[in-house]
Amino acid sequence: MAKYSLKINGKSRLVDVDPSTPVLWVLRDHLDLTGTKYGCGMAQCGACTIHLDGTAVRSCQLPVSAVGNQPLTTIEGLSAKGDHPVQKAWQEHDVAQCGYCQAGQIMSAASLLKVNPNPSDADIDTYMSGNICRCGTYVRIKEAIKSVARK
Amino acid sequence: MKTSQTTYNRRSFLKASLLSGGGMMLSVSWLANAKAADKLQALNLPQQWTQLNGYIQITPDNQIKLICPNPEFGQNVMTSLPMMIAEELDADWKNVVVEMGPHDNAKLGPQFSGGSNSVRMYWKPLREAGAAARQMLCEAAAQTWNVPVGEVTTKAGVLLHASGKSAKYGEMASKAATLPVPKGMKLKAPKDFTIVRNSKKNVEGLKVVTGKPLFGLDYRVDGMLIAMIQHPPAFGMKLKSFDATQALKMPGIRDVFSLKLYEDGFEQGGFDTRSFNDMVVVVGKTTWEVMNARKKLQLDWEPIGDTKDTMMGRGGKQEVVVPGELESTSAQLEKMAAWAKKPAKQLRKDGDPETAFKNAAQVIERTYNAPFLAHNCMEPMNFFAHVTDEKAVVAGPLQAPGWSEPTLSKLLNLPADKIEIQMTRMGGGFGRRAYCQYMYEAALISKRTKAPVKLIYTREDDMTYGIYRPMYTATYRAALDANKNLIAFHVKGGGIPEHPIHANRFPAGAVDNYLAEGWEIPTNITIGAFRAPRSNFNAAAEQSFLDEVAEAMGIDPIELRLELLKRAKDNPVGKNNEYDPDRYAGVLRLVRDKSGWNKPGNETYSRGVAAYFCHNSYAAHVVDMVSRDDQPYVERVFSAMDCGIVVNPDSAKNMVQGAVVDGIGNALYGSLTHKNGAAEQNNFHNYRLIRHNEAPKQIEVYFVDNDLDPTGLGEPPFPPVFGAVANALYKKEGKRFYNQPFQPDIKKRA
Repeated sequence: MAKYSLKINGKSRLVDVDPSTPVLWVLRDHLDLTGTKYGCGMAQCGACTIHLDGTAVRSCQLPVSAVGNQPLTTIEGLSAKGDHPVQKAWQEHDVAQCGYCQAGQIMSAASLLKVNPNPSDADIDTYMSGNICRCGTYVRIKEAIKSVARK
Repeated sequence: MKTSQTTYNRRSFLKASLLSGGGMMLSVSWLANAKAADKLQALNLPQQWTQLNGYIQITPDNQIKLICPNPEFGQNVMTSLPMMIAEELDADWKNVVVEMGPHDNAKLGPQFSGGSNSVRMYWKPLREAGAAARQMLCEAAAQTWNVPVGEVTTKAGVLLHASGKSAKYGEMASKAATLPVPKGMKLKAPKDFTIVRNSKKNVEGLKVVTGKPLFGLDYRVDGMLIAMIQHPPAFGMKLKSFDATQALKMPGIRDVFSLKLYEDGFEQGGFDTRSFNDMVVVVGKTTWEVMNARKKLQLDWEPIGDTKDTMMGRGGKQEVVVPGELESTSAQLEKMAAWAKKPAKQLRKDGDPETAFKNAAQVIERTYNAPFLAHNCMEPMNFFAHVTDEKAVVAGPLQAPGWSEPTLSKLLNLPADKIEIQMTRMGGGFGRRAYCQYMYEAALISKRTKAPVKLIYTREDDMTYGIYRPMYTATYRAALDANKNLIAFHVKGGGIPEHPIHANRFPAGAVDNYLAEGWEIPTNITIGAFRAPRSNFNAAAEQSFLDEVAEAMGIDPIELRLELLKRAKDNPVGKNNEYDPDRYAGVLRLVRDKSGWNKPGNETYSRGVAAYFCHNSYAAHVVDMVSRDDQPYVERVFSAMDCGIVVNPDSAKNMVQGAVVDGIGNALYGSLTHKNGAAEQNNFHNYRLIRHNEAPKQIEVYFVDNDLDPTGLGEPPFPPVFGAVANALYKKEGKRFYNQPFQPDIKKRA
């Protein structure tokens, strides 16, 4: 076990865990931040996507010992009131069906739009293809991302 | 969040009864128990929420809480079902909050999500509940204002009288709750709907996009432990022995033990399917610790041999022999090919198909195959349980609490009234969560551990210990006479362990000489409902076959179907034809128009069409394929649906779009294979699910406009996608695809 001081959603959080523990399980089991989802545990589905120093990463493959001083943002910290442009667009397009993958989709989309504010269809496909939606809401996700880009 | 403190003034319940044909009839009954009401009134409870019936609660400040009876797995029932209540209540949707109901079949009806039944099943009872509450509010206003009740009207949550008097519902709610519950409510005509048929956003939309704890996997209580199960590595294996010494030394681990789910001779209910009966359980503080400790278990397994299950089904108690063989897909395919040649059970026969085939000028015969499919809900199976000697509280994702409660009660030796089942939002269901062995497992683990426990399946557990879509095959034959008329149709279908045939579906009823047969091979690999059971294979095979028959007859595939449907309408063959030929033809005509079928301007696409009827709704799709990097992709889809009244149009459209994507994905990529009883795919690196870049760019959804009572959409749009994809692939590749998934055969072409 080892102590880590993590910067999560603008706050400092102290955890005492095994260094190999993936950030996904630190968030879910130790910090009660359950918005970040477990889907596969091997970076194949994107449900656990968070931002590490502003860039989308799969938290199931990120050991807590590798975080260091880099700030983490989870879906709970993407905006204060769910009013990040991507979250708003998701609601406007009523994207979700079961909703389980959508936190990961939103975190990926927010990261994409930060580096590429006006992505093409192909850009979206390339960036988002690591995020699986079993309900098949891909068409709406694409529409939602494009609507943010237009604004 | 407001706490709900309810004064129970009236009891209401839905009465469900089984019809002899196997369907379900629902009626609403109201119990106006004045005595009980008086008693509760006398207690002088704070009337923060006044309950008008099981589904409706109103506060004095005019908040209206509507209770959703059925669990939510993405079909958006938490929005569409309350819309039906609000319509007749004449509530202002802005003031409505929705809450998932408790498990209470007596008060809230059957409460199962599945079979595309939620909207269909609750259409009448929920509107009646809304209408009754509205009538009681009107009565309360009439008494207060001393005017005839016939003169009181409502508009968006406000009671009105011509004299200028008005009151919000909240102001009259506590008085209304003391009034007798009216019976035989007159319901609105569809032309008067103001909420139903108007798109409303998902009531949990904000919670979803902000990551609120909605799902079973998010559920936690203080002191909760995490449990994982190591099941046998293959179907046909059982536990011989285990050594937990190393696992118990791992940090955070509380206990390791073995359990049996069902004792020998346990009478299983129809939805008590379990992949394995043996489990070695690891219990600890956190998920990561339990995952790591589980890897340290020393396990010894052995073949189980043939076993017997005791099943309580509709046919009464019966012993079912489960074969012990360690099965492999290659051998299963050989077995299926051999069984397909044997005589099979006749399911339906019209005319004289044998003679017609003998006299045919041309016989077309094709065989179709499909593999096991894993449901792969994004949220793996999990359940919370806290079992004590006195009671059990369990919470998690499940589709039908009422189907699982009797077994839970037997396993825990607790009466049903000591068991509380809470329904969390489900991260997908697709039929998988109708089978709740993971809830039973969690409960037994909690009982043994004497602590609140969350059982979690890893993705690997979820995929390899599944309740799969069966393996199917079907051979179709069509007989044409010298003038290329279709004179006979024969389907012989089989599967492991069930055949896929719906004998009374189209084209039964449209062909003079018709034969349907089925055969089944038992297995120890567990199977269950998967989005549109059996239809999800039938539609693929039959709709591809009809495409080929139309080609042989030299007519357009939509035209062939319309001609057959005309025959089924004008002069139907046989009895018990399940479909309405007009509605079936309706979706075909609509998709033909909207897609510009056979119209210029679509030459860049390879087009395929298919239609199907299942679960009371009608669906037709035109799928347009293109090539990118020499691989075929579905670029564009046109869908036409007839599900009667569309309660929440934008959400319904979402459902159809999702089913289209799901269908394309499973048709092209979906497959679960076995070697010596072990699943050969265990996570998303080797089980391919459709991704963003493989999904269509555009899916246009159209609904037939009619005033028929609504039917479901979760399943009906899904099956014909497979057929439409197969038919488009033929246009694209110049050859027919008979074996799902199609992608491996596309690869082989080079």
